[in-house]
Order: sequence, then structure tokens, then C-alpha cells
Amino acid sequence: MSTLLNRRFFDQIKVLFGAEPSKPKEISPAAQQIHFYKKGNRDLIAEKLHARAHAKPSHKWRNRRWATLIFANLLFTLSFFLDIQILEGALTASRFVGFHLIDLNSALQVMLAHKHIINNLLIGTGTVLILWVLLGGRTFCSWVCPYHLLAEWAEKIHLFLVSKKLVTDQNMDRRLRTVFWAIFALLALATGYTVFEAISPTGILSRALIYGPGLALLWVLALLFFEVFFSRRAWCRYACPIGLTYGVVGIVSPVRIIYKLDGCFHEGDCRKVCLVPHVLDTVIKGRAVEPEVPIGPDCTRCGLCVDVCPTGSLSFEVKGLSKLA
Amino acid sequence: MSEIDEEVGSDNSANDSNTPRQPASNGKPAISIAKRQTNRRRVLRTILLTGGVLGAAMSGFLPLVYAQKKRLRPPGALDEKDFLGSCIKCGQCVQVCPVSAIKLADLVDGMGVGTPYIDPRAQACDFSCDAVQCILACPTGSLTYHKPDFLPVRPGAALAAKPILLAKENDPEPTLNMHERIGVARLTRPEACLAVQGKGFKGQTRGPDFKGKLRYMDVDRWKPVKVSSHPYDVSECDLCVRECPVKGAISIETVFAPDGSQRKSPVVHEPCVGCGVCEMVCPVAPAAITIEAGEVWKI
Repeated sequence: MSTLLNRRFFDQIKVLFGAEPSKPKEISPAAQQIHFYKKGNRDLIAEKLHARAHAKPSHKWRNRRWATLIFANLLFTLSFFLDIQILEGALTASRFVGFHLIDLNSALQVMLAHKHIINNLLIGTGTVLILWVLLGGRTFCSWVCPYHLLAEWAEKIHLFLVSKKLVTDQNMDRRLRTVFWAIFALLALATGYTVFEAISPTGILSRALIYGPGLALLWVLALLFFEVFFSRRAWCRYACPIGLTYGVVGIVSPVRIIYKLDGCFHEGDCRKVCLVPHVLDTVIKGRAVEPEVPIGPDCTRCGLCVDVCPTGSLSFEVKGLSKLA
Repeated sequence: MSEIDEEVGSDNSANDSNTPRQPASNGKPAISIAKRQTNRRRVLRTILLTGGVLGAAMSGFLPLVYAQKKRLRPPGALDEKDFLGSCIKCGQCVQVCPVSAIKLADLVDGMGVGTPYIDPRAQACDFSCDAVQCILACPTGSLTYHKPDFLPVRPGAALAAKPILLAKENDPEPTLNMHERIGVARLTRPEACLAVQGKGFKGQTRGPDFKGKLRYMDVDRWKPVKVSSHPYDVSECDLCVRECPVKGAISIETVFAPDGSQRKSPVVHEPCVGCGVCEMVCPVAPAAITIEAGEVWKI
């Protein structure tokens, strides 16, 4: 990793905790050359229009992701409903054919509140930690969390209302999520009670899917309502401590999106569909520090940008392995 | 996404709102009045969301406030406050229970969203799993065979001996691995008790529509059946004693009323673990014998 990418790696960790991405102070000669070549290049504009005309809208990754998300949640439901016992429990804690799996944020809450860690808790948390380090941290959010899917649909309504100029997206300070994380951790530690679990839409939805709906779903509805009419993806962007926990796990993950400066027309479609557009600051004209830049840990690896990019400048990559389509 | 944008920095993500195009000489960002106003509104909105989420979270503390109110938790549950702190709300205990005695609390129940409880009148824990499966399933030790050393055992909560499960009395290991009771049965309405009145009972206890299940050893040790499928015909009602799964926890005794007259009455003994089978099978409505959740044994 070059020094510049190294610097960016640490900057992106700050961005994960809520800092705004800043313009790079230094850009590598190789990247500078590409930036320079693109400036005022007429061929490039022609090329762009051509690419536009022939771009085929793809939903490949979104469909794969929705299928995975629905399958995972269905497996929970069917394991109980049909008593096939493959994945018993809920997203907060479960057993996959007998192996304990425990959600990292829930485990953290319980450890802080109860201050006593039994072996099963340790084993389940360790297994899940390894799993999500391998799979990409916030991959959990977009590929498993049931609230993510509902919020995605709510987002579509929100964007429709925005296009009709009926609502506007009221954005907020992203540092709030870090503040929430700290508050809920401190509350658990101080009161000995896992208060976040009472309002976690992930836990509420997962249990509702498995054990039947309850009135706690009203809180989830309230959040979705807020996101449709007031602030785009507010819970996932500004509040959810689970996202931050998995984001931290994703810092060292080999699964990530990689950006290639070469073919990029800097049109910004990727940033428009992105849940966390601050991780894509590198696609802004003149920002990429190297010809290839990996996307930071707050990225949920949802693949919407990969789908929407007309030039294939964004793609999935497993560090150390050959690049995936 | 057909629209072609040259300038990406102008989209709605507000990424650039805090980053100056041209830093002023003092290093501070040069911000226009309009932008400053936008920023101020954003701060206000952020505070609003903070308040909203924290407010909702505070309502999550209600169960802790109500922790004084007793509710029947599954076998092996830690004391209420520790239980609320350690339960991860996954429902694995719900999934393993062969008689579906365990339910998860909802928002309005005021005992912690997603935490398990037992409503013994609807379906009691009859230990038909033999090994207290819910404890085995619990990933966090909220339900546990062995309480950690730093958690004190309330006087009277500890059982004098491991309870003997009548169903496996002849097995090499006849006991249930339980060290503390989850409650105690008490004859709360003696005047309604059929045994006290000297009456018998004939028919389906709890009626034909009752969905509760119970393990009847004479039917099938491994398959609990509906209570309604097992009618009774007893000349003196002793259903609570007859169906109690724990050895020596309850018996019909002759007691003396204050006026000196003799009568029969169910009497609860120290081995009672608080499973609630007596409450479930009691034929009178409301039940004459009920479980005092979280209660300890008092002499």
C-alpha cells in the first residue's frame, strides 16, 4: 500500500466515526497524470455520451443481495416454523446447526451490562467476528439486516417524494452515530441493562419475523415514517450503533469495493444511490489519490454503486484474490 | 439516473458544505450566510433526532422500573434485574420448549421487549423436556444451571435439594439440574378450591377449547398431549397434586379450620420450583392455586 493510500486508510476510519472527508493534500504522479489527461479532453466527452447511450441498467448485485437477505431471514423463520432447526434463534443470537452465532453489538451490550461472559457467549461472538471480518463488516447491514431492506423501500418512496418536491432530505451530523454508540455503551455499563436492545429495529424486526408481529413494530414504523418524510435513511446513516460496530470490524476486512480512476467519468451516479456517499468522495473529479482506491470501512458493500456505474469503475474486490465481476 | 452531472460536489450529501473551496488566509473556512443558516438548521435537526431516539430508548428502561412487579421467567433465570441485563432477546428458549410454554414479551407488557416469560395459566412448564432445554439453549447465561459466584442467591430461592422429576424417578439420574426456584405455588383462593369444598371433578379441566399441553406418563412419556384430550373423573379433586411434575412439592393434607372443623386442602412443600402446572390444571376459574413469580420459600 502506498503512503497516500495508507493516509487515506486512516482518514477513512475518521470518516467512519463521523468526520467529513477532506480533499487530499497530495496526489500520486500516476493519478495526477490521469486527472490531467481527463481535463478538457473532447474525446472523453464523446466517449461518455457513447457509454451513456449504451449503458444497460443492471440490478445484478441488488438482486443477489436481496435474495441473500430474504433467504437468511427466511431460514430463521422456517427453522422455527417448520422445526427444521438449521438456524435457531434470532439475529441477536442464534445457533447455525448447533454452532453459536451472536450479533456483535448485542453481545457487546450484554457484556457491558451483565459484566459476566460465559463460554457460549464468547464462542458465538468470536465466530461472528471472524465471519464478518472475512465478509466485510458492514456487509451485515446490507446483506442481512431486515431493517435495511425496509429502509431501502422507504428510501424509494422518499426519493419519489423528493422528485415531486413534496419533501426534502434533511441531513444531519454523522458524528451523531458515534455519540449514540458511546451513550448506549455507557448506559449498558452504568445501568446494567441492555437498553439499546429495546429499540433496536434489527432485533425487533428479526423477532417479529420469527415469533410473530408485536406492538414493538410501531417503533420501526415510526422510524420508516421519519425516513420517508423527513430524512433519507436517517436510522442507518446517523443513528444505528450496530452499523458502527460492524464498520469497525470492516476496517480490516479483505472484502471491499475498489475504485478505478481510469474509466470514471465523474458523473456521480454512484454517490446518488449510495447509503453512505461520504465513502465515495474519491470519485469526485480530482480527488483520487491513486489510480486504484479501495473504498473505506463505512461502506456496506451493497453493490448499488457497482450496478449503477456505467463504466465498471467500481467493482467488488477481495484483497489478495483476483477481482470479482 | 439518465441525468449527466459534471459537478459531483453539488449533490445532496453535503460533503462539501463544511469544506471551503478556497481556505481563507486564517485557515478558517469561508462560509456564506446562507450556508451558515443551513448548518445551524442541521445542528438543530441533529439535536432533534438525538432527543427522539434517546427518548424512545428511555422508554426501554420501563421494565427496569417495573422489575419489582413479579413475572414468571423460564427455569434457571437469574434474578430479574440481572436477567434483564443479560438476556440477548433471541428467543432460543422459545424454540426448544416442547410445550411452547415460553413467550416473548411485547412493548406493552412492560417487562422488556423480546424477553421470555411464562404465563402458567395458559401453558405451564411441565419439564417434559426432562433436561430443562431452555437453559441449555440460552447463549448468554441468562438462564443458567450454575449462577456465577458474584451473583448472590436470595434466601429461600435456593432449593434444599435438586428437585426429583417424577417422570424420570426410575432413571439413574432422576433429578432436574435446577438450584433455584422460579416461583412458589400458593393456594390464593382456598374458598374456591374443590378439594377444600370436598368436591370431586369430572370432565375436561379448563374445557374443550383449552390449548394447553401436558405430559401424561400413562399416555406417552415423550409426547405431551392436550389437556383437553385427557378428561378426569375424581371423587375428590386433587388435580394439582396428581399432575405436579416434581416429587414432594404438593400434597393433599387434612387441615384444621379456625373453627376447629377438619377439611382437605392442597399444601405446597419446599421442593416446589414454581413451574405452574398446578395453576394450569386447576379446574376452577380463576385458578384457586397460582404461582407467585420470583417468590422465595418462606417457612
